Amino acid sequence: MEPFTRLKGLVAPLNRTNVNTDEITPARFLKTISRTGFAQALFANWRYLGDDQTPNPDFVLNQPRYQGATILLAGDNFGCGSSREHAPWAIREYGFRCVIAPSFADIFYNNCFNNGILPVTLPEPTVLELFKEVEATEGYTLEVDLAAQTVTTPDGRVFQFPIDAFRKQAMLQGLDNIGWTLSHLDEIRAFEERRQQEAPWVFSLK
Amino acid sequence: MPKSMFEKIWEAHVVRDVPGESTILYIDRHLVHEATSPQAFAGLRAAGRKVRRPDATIAVLDHNVPTLQVRGRRVLELVDQASALCITTMEQHAREFGVTLFDMNDERQGIVHIIGPEQGLTLPGMTIVCGDSHTSTHGAVGALAFGIGTSEIEHVLATQCLLQKKPRSMNIRIEGSLGPGVTAKDIALYMIGRLGTGVGTGHVVEFSGSAVRSLSMEGRMTLCNMAIEAGARAGMVAPDETTFTYLKGRPFAPKGTLFEKAVEAWKQLPSDPGAHFDTVHEVSIDGLAPQVTWGTNPGMVVDVTGRVPDPADESDPQKRRAYERALEYMGLEPGQKITDIRVDTVFIGSCTNSRLEDLRLAAQMVKGRHVAPGVRALVVPGSMQVRRMAEEEGLADIFREAGFEWRASGCSMCIAMNGDRLSEGERCASTSNRNFEGRQGKGGRTHLVSPPMAAAAAIAGHFVDIRDF
Repeated sequence: MEPFTRLKGLVAPLNRTNVNTDEITPARFLKTISRTGFAQALFANWRYLGDDQTPNPDFVLNQPRYQGATILLAGDNFGCGSSREHAPWAIREYGFRCVIAPSFADIFYNNCFNNGILPVTLPEPTVLELFKEVEATEGYTLEVDLAAQTVTTPDGRVFQFPIDAFRKQAMLQGLDNIGWTLSHLDEIRAFEERRQQEAPWVFSLK
Repeated sequence: MPKSMFEKIWEAHVVRDVPGESTILYIDRHLVHEATSPQAFAGLRAAGRKVRRPDATIAVLDHNVPTLQVRGRRVLELVDQASALCITTMEQHAREFGVTLFDMNDERQGIVHIIGPEQGLTLPGMTIVCGDSHTSTHGAVGALAFGIGTSEIEHVLATQCLLQKKPRSMNIRIEGSLGPGVTAKDIALYMIGRLGTGVGTGHVVEFSGSAVRSLSMEGRMTLCNMAIEAGARAGMVAPDETTFTYLKGRPFAPKGTLFEKAVEAWKQLPSDPGAHFDTVHEVSIDGLAPQVTWGTNPGMVVDVTGRVPDPADESDPQKRRAYERALEYMGLEPGQKITDIRVDTVFIGSCTNSRLEDLRLAAQMVKGRHVAPGVRALVVPGSMQVRRMAEEEGLADIFREAGFEWRASGCSMCIAMNGDRLSEGERCASTSNRNFEGRQGKGGRTHLVSPPMAAAAAIAGHFVDIRDF
């Protein structure tokens, strides 16, 4: 897993609620066996005119002032819908390392951690305030510090965000989740033996 | 201390729970399909790891498969090269890692969430995961079933476990009885419209109440399927005689005395009286009308007797903007009567509504009638078994004679990966689960409805209130 510690970066605003993973990565881009090549897929139905090639000048991410943004500011319930990890793959490959929103859909939220993207939940009034500031100020940056669990504005205001303690450590260290779970293989084996006694029908598949 | 069904299932699957760590949760059943798993198997191979429990892992081809056939068989030439590669890669991974695969010509093939319960792979009390958000469907049998991402698929393949933070619990009590022509789909849409698309975030939702008790297994699956559209981590319904009767005799369900033993254990699963839920909602469905979505998320829904709402009536500016965007995308005017909305295409299918009961209800609307001129109408059964049973019952003939296309099973136009899709601006009455922008094809306009509502729209050429159709 790609670690995340601190990030100071340009912020791009996507001021819409309920942005779903079909909008983040339309299904036609899922027809691949690769884990890369998704930068072009990000918000494809909004980002391009017609043919997935010509940039739509009206779409916010296409504005020159947001080029090189590493922090995406979004509306409530971001990442709802499908479980496709292609959505965080596209977000990461495009260049974002952090998404800030009032709330995230569960599966998307989990998927972010597995791809080195930090999902930051801040109260809705704070996010709405940040939208105003980003839109009003060209070159607006935020500083995100995972260890301290803070987002700091250019004028020095500090917002705390919540995060699960284990996930935080895993992300700071870039933990290999599978390796960590496999380090508890004895407990998994013991569980399987017990479960086979208690619910043998679960194991009767073959 | 009384426990909820969710707590009972959760506790029965905890491998390791140490403060400050994620819980290691054991997974009983892992369902896999070709759209989200290739990168997971590749990761496993790169790390030199094996599938820990091939016997608990079942793969099926559904998202990319053609729904057309050539001389009764499906061939790769029916889909584009990208879809074909996803299909052949799944076949190769199943062979390499020793996983059972229902391929596209297997008689058990179907949409992963249809075949799980149908084959008895999905049983009460289990933890079930799949790289697909609609895994919530399997909760209908009284299981904890949820969708996961590709990295998590790899984790489950390698360890048969997941790292989890315990979700909160929610009880949505649905009280009342359904009138004629009103279905589980209408309950689901109405509930999401009332409670919101994010109401379930962070929660496992148990659906209970008189309306849920009287639903068939298939209706419960439709309801749990749509739990994810309410943002829920999972949806579930307590198992009862309806569940046990449904499961008995299914190919992968336990047999004989083992089944009896299992039923005794499953009877202990329902939430204890007085069990604590973090959040409780109640929804009354007495007098519920058939529902039709008008916008671009499932919560943008009204009664079929209603009208497209006016964004100007919305006081919340964010909601008003979302409504305006939705109406623009959908090509609708505020105040337009729902029954005046004409459709170009009708899609009866998807993991939400493509089971035998759904096709029966749809066929009732269709029998002796014909699809309206200019309307393209498709029935895509959820599994090849559903398709065979529908053919034996004469439903296929009813649809064909009425001018519907009768296809082979798969995800098809719900997700538009296999070539079945809407074109720019095309308007569809769909029994699927998502009316998101571009979901059924770029620029396509989706109205979510129940199977009989979709069927009636195909006949009339516009939405109709099936209670007087």
